[in-house]
Amino acid sequence: MGEIWEGLIAGFWLVVSLDADLVEVTLRSLQVTLTAVVIASAIGLPFGAWLAIRRFRHRRATIALLNALMGLPPVVVGLIVYLLLSRSGPFGVFNLLFTPTAMIIAQVIIITPLIASIAHQAIRDIWADYHDLLISLSTSKIQRIKTLLWDGRRALITASLAGFGRAIGEVGAIMIVGGNIDNATRVLTTAIALETGKGDFALALGLGFVLIGLAVAVNLAIHAIGQTESEGKW
Amino acid sequence: MIRVLVALFMIGATSVSADTLRLAVTTSFQNSGLADVLLPEIAADTGISVQLLVVGTGQALRLGEAGDVDAILVHARAAEEAFVAQGFGTHRREIMYNDFVLVGPSDDPAAIADAQTVRAAMISIATTEAAFVSRGDDSGTHKKEISLWDAASITPDGGWYRSVGTGMGAALNTASAMSAYILTDRASWLNFGNKRDLAMLFVGDPALFNQYAFIPVNPSRHAHVRHAQASILEEWLSSGKAKTLINGYRIDGEAVFTFNAE
Amino acid sequence: MVTPILPLTMSSAVVKRRGQTLLGPVDLDISAQGFTIVMGPNGAGKTKLLRALHGIERLAAGKVTWQVPVGDTQDRQAFVFQAPIMLRRSVRDNLAYPLRLRGVAKSEAFARAADWAQRVGLGDALDRSAPRLSGGEKQKLALARALIGEPDILFLDEPCANLDGRATREIEAILKDAQAGGTRIVMATHDMGQARRLAEDIVFLMHGQVIERGPAQAFFAGPQTPQARALLQGDIVE
Repeated sequence: MGEIWEGLIAGFWLVVSLDADLVEVTLRSLQVTLTAVVIASAIGLPFGAWLAIRRFRHRRATIALLNALMGLPPVVVGLIVYLLLSRSGPFGVFNLLFTPTAMIIAQVIIITPLIASIAHQAIRDIWADYHDLLISLSTSKIQRIKTLLWDGRRALITASLAGFGRAIGEVGAIMIVGGNIDNATRVLTTAIALETGKGDFALALGLGFVLIGLAVAVNLAIHAIGQTESEGKW
Repeated sequence: MIRVLVALFMIGATSVSADTLRLAVTTSFQNSGLADVLLPEIAADTGISVQLLVVGTGQALRLGEAGDVDAILVHARAAEEAFVAQGFGTHRREIMYNDFVLVGPSDDPAAIADAQTVRAAMISIATTEAAFVSRGDDSGTHKKEISLWDAASITPDGGWYRSVGTGMGAALNTASAMSAYILTDRASWLNFGNKRDLAMLFVGDPALFNQYAFIPVNPSRHAHVRHAQASILEEWLSSGKAKTLINGYRIDGEAVFTFNAE
Repeated sequence: MVTPILPLTMSSAVVKRRGQTLLGPVDLDISAQGFTIVMGPNGAGKTKLLRALHGIERLAAGKVTWQVPVGDTQDRQAFVFQAPIMLRRSVRDNLAYPLRLRGVAKSEAFARAADWAQRVGLGDALDRSAPRLSGGEKQKLALARALIGEPDILFLDEPCANLDGRATREIEAILKDAQAGGTRIVMATHDMGQARRLAEDIVFLMHGQVIERGPAQAFFAGPQTPQARALLQGDIVE
């Protein structure tokens, strides 16, 4: 209990003193994760919607695979991305290993199935609901998808936020592909792992509280934006 | 949106600038805190920004083999020599040493504090079956531990022997939580913040000698490695200035490393 | 002058699901004017018939013919489902939706939406979330959304099945207004009272077949088939 209290205090001081290292590590966490979420959403949301509307031969198998991929162990993803980006691997020439870009790639792989799967479920429910009406109004395919994406936007934001939550707290994969290099690839989670390794629990916990606070703040901010955009109350 | 993505990628891409060098080091070196003293001086004297990849010795050697780092600084002599012999490194340059210590619960159930040699201490732990935490991660420290059991003709086995497969810090946390014995390097121990009931019980046997060596990755294997920078760094690490800094480094008033580059 | 799309002719239409015939073969004419009530017990095929006429049910055989190509009829017909389908938007956006689909400017679509909301008694509810309306309000909204495009023909599938008396009366008033305005109405119900109040002609369905067809007065005065007679006498017809 004492250590949790010390962690809270350490976190508090890190924030109020705007500790330069903390600011840098926090900004990098945000940069990596937000980029990964934007890319993964750009892939996952339309893919999920497409899966909900289109009927094709291996649809069930695709959905089952997608759901299975949600549980991808990050460490395994990290290891595979490491081997691909390693100088001795197929993409070694791009010199991406141990850069934020490598971390973004790993996170995109981890969270895209999650975002696509949640988007698929949400759009599927709305499509089941709207199907007859949209057919009756003889809507075009484009109009249907626009309607479904717009009316499902809350659920889609939730899907992206779930991806954000998974990515911002992820440590296994980005430790391997980022290398936790000070001033280059260190982010909040890998810094926490480092301080835990040093036995400095108060600092680790302090960083942990900053991480939690960051995740909460991003969620609140996005929900606030969603509210102002919506017409009428839901 | 595309522009934002491109911008973000650019930030990612710029992190490897011209005069950087990637050095794989062991957790024990990083945890000692010596890097925090040396790296700014290296940057000031040579203009090289050293990026540390803190991993176990096994992974450090793999990173060197794959050409993902420019040089390695580790402490597992046999493995290092094999690394150089296979052509992955150009040569092996000894820089400094520290020592391993046996840490354990302060009431010392295996009475290793009174042992004459580290061999006797290991035998005592095994015969009393006192809890012992092993790194179990193929690191330099783990290899050292195995060599100590071998020297004592013991095959550690049973519920008292806990192989945790983690870095030094995490293994120390486990030992601290279990009140178990553990082999660690002195620097990691002195810098460790969660000692609780643990105390340093056995030190000083020459068998606990822990030599750090610097190995540049072979540019004939991996043309892209920054061999010139690695040579500059090697020269600096074996310089008089490095000697002063390394020998003068103190944790809680105790010297940790001894410079011995030739 | 726009070419009329009615009368509408259905010939030998059959609807099947997994090899089982649910409707047909049915031959049916829908004249240019009037208020047709489709009656029959549950499962008789009322919904299938309406959907087939509207063109949202795949026909296993037969065809539905309008006076113009079917592609030109789509914006001129509308359908109200038994369970009203509410877009997860405000009442205003629900009403404006069919107009916006056809490229009507937002300001005009909203003005017409406000007008129609007023007409169906939802004038104060424009900014409310449609899925949160009561059952009666939802059906009135669905009806207004169907009528806002000023369709030539409106199909309704038991729109009052789940509504209380007051909501039913309001819906019926709107329908009579629409009919007076020139909209052809084809509506399924198994509420005998409603059929008597609204029908100008009757289509009586059983087991996917049209059993009886004729003017409402004649049907209620002297039904030709034993099944229709039984129904009018209040017997249970299966």
